[in-house]
Amino acid sequence: MTADIDKTAGPESTPPAGPEAIKAIPVRHYGRYISAVAAIAIFVSIVYAFAQGQINWDAIPEYFFDDRILKGVGQTMLLTVLSMVIGIVGGVVLAVMRLSKNPVTSSIAWFYIWFFRGTPVLVQLVVWFNLGLVFEYINLGFVYKDYWSSFMTPLLTALLGLGLNEAAYMAEICRAGLLSVDEGQTEASHALGMSHSKTLRRIVIPQAMRVIVPPTGNEVINMLKTTSLVSVVQFSELFRYAQDIGQSSGAPVEMYFLAAAWYLVLTSVLSVGQYYVERYYARGSSRSLPATPLQKIRANLLSLSNRSGGGAKA
Amino acid sequence: MTSKVTKADSGTPMVKAEGVHKSFGPVEVLKGIDLEVKPGEVFCLIGPSGSGKSTFLRCINHLEKVNAGRLYVDGELVGYRQKGDKLYELKDSEVALKRRDIGMVFQRFNLFPHMTALENVMEAPVQVKGVSRAQARERAGQLLERVGLADKAGNYPTQLSGGQQQRVAIARALAMDPKLMLFDEPTSALDPELVGDVLDVMRDLAESGMTMVVVTHEMGFAREVGDSLVFMDEGVVVESGHPRDVLTNPQHERTQSFLSKVL
Repeated sequence: MTADIDKTAGPESTPPAGPEAIKAIPVRHYGRYISAVAAIAIFVSIVYAFAQGQINWDAIPEYFFDDRILKGVGQTMLLTVLSMVIGIVGGVVLAVMRLSKNPVTSSIAWFYIWFFRGTPVLVQLVVWFNLGLVFEYINLGFVYKDYWSSFMTPLLTALLGLGLNEAAYMAEICRAGLLSVDEGQTEASHALGMSHSKTLRRIVIPQAMRVIVPPTGNEVINMLKTTSLVSVVQFSELFRYAQDIGQSSGAPVEMYFLAAAWYLVLTSVLSVGQYYVERYYARGSSRSLPATPLQKIRANLLSLSNRSGGGAKA
Repeated sequence: MTSKVTKADSGTPMVKAEGVHKSFGPVEVLKGIDLEVKPGEVFCLIGPSGSGKSTFLRCINHLEKVNAGRLYVDGELVGYRQKGDKLYELKDSEVALKRRDIGMVFQRFNLFPHMTALENVMEAPVQVKGVSRAQARERAGQLLERVGLADKAGNYPTQLSGGQQQRVAIARALAMDPKLMLFDEPTSALDPELVGDVLDVMRDLAESGMTMVVVTHEMGFAREVGDSLVFMDEGVVVESGHPRDVLTNPQHERTQSFLSKVL
């Protein structure tokens, strides 16, 4: 113990004026050391098990940038973006309907949300796919007329299935966001002579976004993964292409790993994007904006070098 | 006070209430209010909480609907149009049009938190009146200077003290060039040491001839700046007159007991 005190008791390092800073020996958390060792051991053994397994790891880099895989990635992203657009637009409309004073529109919105949240998306996809049994033709008067089966392409089926389901979830997220804005904001805006729609657009929605964005980011990431279900409606995307390659190249399991790796890359990119969008809508809500990851790393490095510098002095 | 420009001779009162009633469900908050605010006047409403003074103020710009009686602003009926002996409810857009001319300052400021002080002041002129952004920015800068906050133009509301926020809120209301300003307990949510700054701005505004209806607990302000004062209790006007008379020599027993507690 005396050795420790000696180490820190540098007479030059103490500032001449002011109270003496406390230099105490920190509590040792032995439990933490033990749990850290145990966690590392479990992790290493899992990695070792996979490395020892009957898996041809070389097949993954070989096919990682295969044309079919890249096409699948493109299709997956396209499907994610388009379904989310349908989901967000539909969700906003449903949320406004749900909050409207008109009992008919609010009941319809309630019913829609009840139905689409209450049934599995896989079932919904299959139903859309087989709707040709109910409607033989699609007939929009002079504008468009065709057989249902040639109208409902796999892409359209996938979009409708995923997008309409998503709208039900987005509706609840948007509704929560709109309700989170203080009523005083609407009053102040009305008192200035702003109309309902301007109040919604300029005052309420920008503030609701702070509540809406984080769960929406979650939904985008969820959607990206849910797109892997659309192979049941004959739409080819990342998972389907990986599966096809796996069957023809004789490395099926390896291609599943490859698909998983690609999904991870895509969701990671989305997470970073989400962070910056959240940061944008946080302006004005706290005294200073949260640091970007780069700023955080820089700050940590600086404080580290300061700490070691201070230690060296002492 | 002598420098005040009074337009009282023009005849029509700025605000005129005739038997105004307001109920929230079964609770009757206003039980027949009659009063008149002359142009250029500083009209103070005092009374215990729950007496209906804030509700009455909110009726003036139709944030609350009146249940019975008539309420006029500058000679025009609030919220309705009268044709013969039938009343027609005004459309939302028509109500909004009338609110342009009535500024309101809230107890809780209600600044828009996602905009800077300058943007808060610019918002309504640009969005409602269609003023160009450059013009609105210049005017907003002048208004912020007038309330003593020229250096805080770029700050968000959370970066301002309560008193500063309330002064921005006053500038925001003034940006629409209102003919009438409503103040709903503008200093009640402030630290005592910040109250003075806000009252100074209001005093300055009163001296410039603005018609003001002020719900307040600041008896000093009412006595110094007010031209008329009304004491309300349980939804009725108990006593009214010149602030100095009512505050120093209240006639009604209820007024006496209220003032003995707050002065």
